[in-house]
Amino acid sequence: MSGNVDTQERHVQVYVPHRAGLPRLTTYFATLWRRRHFAVELSRASMRAAHTNTFFGQFWLVISPALNAAVYFLLVNIIRGGNSGPDFFVHLLAGLFAFNFISATMSAGAESVVRGGSLVLNTAFPLLLLPWSALRTAFFRFLPSLVILLAFFTYFDFAGPHPTACDSAGVCVELNTVHFSPVQLLAIPAFAIIFVFAAGLAALMATVQVYFRDTTQFLPYATRIWLYLSPVLYFADQLKPWMVKLELFNPLYPMLGIWGDTLVRGIVPPATVWLGAAAWALGALLLGTIYFISREREFAVRI
Amino acid sequence: MGELIPQIAHRAISSEVAIKVTDLDVTYRTTIEKKPTLKQAVVRLGRGKRSVRTVEALKDVSFDVHRGTVLGIIGHNGAGKSTLMRTVAGIVPPSRGRVEVVGRTSTLLSLGVGFNRQLTGRENIILGGLAAGLSRDELEDRYQHIADFADIGDFIEMPMRSYSSGMAARLAFSVAVHLDPDILLIDEALSTGDAVFKQKATERMQDLVNNSSTMLLISHALRTIINMSTDCIWLDHGKLMMRGNPEEVVDAYTEYMHVKKTSAVLNDM
Repeated sequence: MSGNVDTQERHVQVYVPHRAGLPRLTTYFATLWRRRHFAVELSRASMRAAHTNTFFGQFWLVISPALNAAVYFLLVNIIRGGNSGPDFFVHLLAGLFAFNFISATMSAGAESVVRGGSLVLNTAFPLLLLPWSALRTAFFRFLPSLVILLAFFTYFDFAGPHPTACDSAGVCVELNTVHFSPVQLLAIPAFAIIFVFAAGLAALMATVQVYFRDTTQFLPYATRIWLYLSPVLYFADQLKPWMVKLELFNPLYPMLGIWGDTLVRGIVPPATVWLGAAAWALGALLLGTIYFISREREFAVRI
Repeated sequence: MGELIPQIAHRAISSEVAIKVTDLDVTYRTTIEKKPTLKQAVVRLGRGKRSVRTVEALKDVSFDVHRGTVLGIIGHNGAGKSTLMRTVAGIVPPSRGRVEVVGRTSTLLSLGVGFNRQLTGRENIILGGLAAGLSRDELEDRYQHIADFADIGDFIEMPMRSYSSGMAARLAFSVAVHLDPDILLIDEALSTGDAVFKQKATERMQDLVNNSSTMLLISHALRTIINMSTDCIWLDHGKLMMRGNPEEVVDAYTEYMHVKKTSAVLNDM
């Protein structure tokens, strides 16, 4: 702006064809890092636009997952007359909230690039920031649901009924297994794995949406089926053995496994399950990210 | 519109190269449908049709632009003018060849102004700046200048869906020229906005030229090209046809297109 432009050191940009369809990844991620504030600001602005920052907006973020949980609780518990203990209810809440985080990231991620509109057309920046911004928004919308979980957890641990069941030999077990324990801290790395997985899915869905604009219309059906196939509305050990074998192909099985075990049941899951979950998450992140970046140069001519 | 043709006085052009385009090809694939869907893809699959079209937007284009140049780019619709700008801006990568750009580029392209219509003008300014690579502090410093220059009053705090097209254009122009560009790319962006703003925009562009910024300018109003550019290239079907003095290139272009150089053509074509 001022007259000292001549003395400024100028940065030379060189644009050459992408090798194997990919830009230089070191440069790409360095730029991505430098412009991370864009993703943060976009996420903040869209939350403001959705009134997430008002009292009722926040209130809704807490109430909506609670209502959602109530619906499924009615469905599973009262109509089918299945699981009834507090441990199942907390399992249902925890599973549903984690699942909702993933499905919200997928749908918001899917829209992120297409809704980027003229910014994508007119500005050169790493577009991966768009699905990542959607991921941040989904995460901040997930956090309030933990308040609900904490409230029920506290109730069941301190004030709720603690029934016991005794067998003929006189050995009694407590039916309410909801207790606070240090093991629950392991839920943080468990969620980190889920978060990484969601990041991969967001990039993947964002790319697919550019090519098939009706993806977001099909997505709710796919996620609902995925929910029913995952151990959210039931315990994993209620599955028949042949079903458990099939769950090898469901990334959410080990992920919700470590999440539920650490957070709800207070047990340390075996290392194999951790590894399985981490492998799925990293695989999804790599696949989604590479696919996104390899297609990114087409976005500006396809939107 | 004819009486209000912006004009820029030029200062000496530096010997430093600001943009170097070498053997540039840009080919991309795009869909025939505006909004491709899975449903249509399945239907097409049954009929064995293809939906993708390959566009050879630029073919073997080479040129240099020295610092301080205002380069006019002319050509028919679909000649590759916008693609050339987007390649220089780094938005569309080359398929072959090389583009070197010295300094920061700022774009003002015709493809739409304002990024998210649900967000306010202020949010769009901040987001546009952050995406373009400015830091938060730099934007804080500049925000007031941008808002003052756009001069849209309280609308700056309202969602952009409530803006008129002129207001959106003013905001976009204001952001683009305040990003401290070494190279400013302007694609038909001066066609909107009222007379007062056009005057202001021209003055601002003059400032940039005085500070030896480089400018690439696309316009179908050939008079604007003649008045504002120091240099001109003419693209035809992705090929560079001619480069030189704006007046001469415009002459050759109008002759080639078999149109008379009437005032309507010069101002509005």
